Amino acid sequence: MARDAPRLRIKTAPYVHTGLSTRRLMFEVVASLAPVVLCAAWYFGVSAVLVVAAATAGAVGTEWVFMDKSDGHLLGKHSLGTLRDGSALLTGVLLGLTLPPAIPLWMAFLGGFVAISLGKVIWGGLGQNLFNPALVGRAFLQAAFPITLTTWVPPGASFWDLRSGTFAAPLMNAVDGVTSATPLGLAKFEQQITPIRALLSGDTAGSLGETSGALLLICAVYLGVRKVFDWRLPLATILSVALFSGALHLIDAEIYPSPLFMLCSGGFLFGTVFMVTDPVTSPITPRGEWIFGLGVGLLVVLIRLFGGLAEGVMYAILLMNSVTPLINRVTQPRKFGG
Amino acid sequence: MKLLPFLRPPTFRHGVHPDEQKAATAGLPIERMPFVEEYVMPLAQHIGAPARAIVEPGQRVERGEMIAEPGGFVSTAHHAPATGTVRAIDLRPHPSGRLQPAIVIGADPFSSQRLSADAQPLPKGLPGPELVRRIQDAGLVGLGGAAFPSHVKLQVPEGKKARFVMLNGCECEPYLTCDHRIMLERPRAVIGGLRLIMEQVGAERGYVGVENNKADAIEALRQAVGREGLPIEVFALQVKYPQGAEKMMIDAILRQEVPSGGLPLDLELLVNNVGTAAAMVDLVETGQPLIERVLTVSGDGVRRPANLLVPLGTSIEAVLDYCGGMLPETRQVLLGGPMMGMAQKNLDAPIVKGTGGILASLRPAPFIEEEPCIRCARCLEACPLYLNPARIALLAREERVPELSTYHAMDCFECAACSFVCPSHIPLVQLIRMGKAMVRQAAEAEAS
Repeated sequence: MARDAPRLRIKTAPYVHTGLSTRRLMFEVVASLAPVVLCAAWYFGVSAVLVVAAATAGAVGTEWVFMDKSDGHLLGKHSLGTLRDGSALLTGVLLGLTLPPAIPLWMAFLGGFVAISLGKVIWGGLGQNLFNPALVGRAFLQAAFPITLTTWVPPGASFWDLRSGTFAAPLMNAVDGVTSATPLGLAKFEQQITPIRALLSGDTAGSLGETSGALLLICAVYLGVRKVFDWRLPLATILSVALFSGALHLIDAEIYPSPLFMLCSGGFLFGTVFMVTDPVTSPITPRGEWIFGLGVGLLVVLIRLFGGLAEGVMYAILLMNSVTPLINRVTQPRKFGG
Repeated sequence: MKLLPFLRPPTFRHGVHPDEQKAATAGLPIERMPFVEEYVMPLAQHIGAPARAIVEPGQRVERGEMIAEPGGFVSTAHHAPATGTVRAIDLRPHPSGRLQPAIVIGADPFSSQRLSADAQPLPKGLPGPELVRRIQDAGLVGLGGAAFPSHVKLQVPEGKKARFVMLNGCECEPYLTCDHRIMLERPRAVIGGLRLIMEQVGAERGYVGVENNKADAIEALRQAVGREGLPIEVFALQVKYPQGAEKMMIDAILRQEVPSGGLPLDLELLVNNVGTAAAMVDLVETGQPLIERVLTVSGDGVRRPANLLVPLGTSIEAVLDYCGGMLPETRQVLLGGPMMGMAQKNLDAPIVKGTGGILASLRPAPFIEEEPCIRCARCLEACPLYLNPARIALLAREERVPELSTYHAMDCFECAACSFVCPSHIPLVQLIRMGKAMVRQAAEAEAS
């Protein structure tokens, strides 16, 4: 044979790639959450930032505890181990933004721990979990601390004023101070409809990330245009809520709030933009995505208008998560030429 | 642009958009590469049975003389690419990476390299079966890459009809421009080949599909058709990978799907590559069998990119040397395009009938460690056959053979669009290839 071959690399086709990585996708979503965190800080002060930070610390710390460190290196294989993919960071920030502003930090941290441990690691890590990890964390908190998780404070006050609960010690009943009802609570229990303008700007009581509808819509457009998520999921969910609540509103506008109110209030937009679109826990097939969105929307309307709770986005998404594998199986795409 | 699908050229659904990278060679006329010292003609360079050598070591052969006869019906002959002496019939490096039996010919440096006197223009009006036999004896295969023996297609089985013939000039692989140049420089040969095939199978209409990044070639072909007022239509198709897969081109032009597991013939259709059509005209007009082909030499590792007419059997290294040599920092050499080509380790491997290009690159895409699947569905959106690549790859990894068939793994033609888009860098197409092999193995085990 001829001269020494140069150091030629052998691999199988293809030899080109888009350059997109899961890590990049995760960080795009984290980046799009930055304005949401800032907005929360604007309305709820430094406590908002601390809550998000505590939830994130809980999530990232838990990921670090459980990740593969079999090479003896403190940070595990490949420098940062599975922290590199950014999914724990994203889960932590998402969880933090679903919490009420006055929640004690230790609870937010505990939520982060549950989100990663029971929401992801126990299933086999990234990509294997059935339920959205951030929502698992929040569902745990809601079950464990129902009062704290449904105690809302009004926006406003000075930036450096800590919300009363923030530094409460673990297991002490610390919630007091000024409380307020969310627009959904007002609508359900006091038949009082908050104006849409307030819902869009975010000047209402509620969880940290769910306040400004306009900002969330901008995030949705950003993520959709950058093709970070599939537009079918949020669109199907929004259309579904508009359809079902619209029909009810037409039947009796006195009892049932308008679709616009339903879309802009509570955690609906936040959940739709950031949790319905979680690729891991939503269907993989195009038809499945439509069904999933439709189901979430229907459940949101049912829980909010006929259930005992004022808000139902979290349970709607978790319930649809549970049928995702089934949806995938029955909506396999038709094959070409068959 | 995406909002106005009705204003855009036709195409198939799904698919991907790799960088075209054709600018370096699209404007370069085809040049004939000079003869080199040695040629290696593997007996297997087409789909089907390998050819059987009919020469002995030491025997003198003329350029264009048959040196191996077809090894069956789905097989084809090979010919001496140059006048010289048979040096050996032995195992030699093959583009597949294996050593394969090959006829080694030492070229005679003093020969004029004229075609052998046996090669004569075919008489006009040959009966169909005779033409099919001549094409088989001339070693013609599909030059688009798959190297399927051409005569097999031209013999339409009893009970089937081929009412339409389609030529494939899409050339959707990045970098490659050889079909582009053939259409541009020899439009009448391409159209002539199409007419020849149409006459042979009794087709009533002809189509040529070309991606619309080759406007000059489309224009040239339309002129060649227009002059003679033929029932032939040239289609400008959207630039999208894998537009050049025959199922995708048929879908784009006729809006019909080749049945799963079936052939274009099920739609009364026959598809050939544009280069194959031109080679057919060469055979009929001059008697020249398939002893050379056009290929593109490109990539940042090549000093002088080119479109070359190269005698078959020339080594990769000789072609690269002719193009000014490969830069010493070259880290990857491919035969074929970057989506479906094959990386080469041994540059002694020869150019064979299915070789459309040599690509040398200094900075191949880095190897990136695989990450878990996040079910983002990008592979489903890429797959031109609407398969679920992530699922099939998972089933292959877990060796769940029966389920592989439920998810139609065997339909995959390995275009690699799924691997191209996967953000987790999962080797999807490679896993699917393994899965297909498992299904075939299981079927064989069952049969025996």
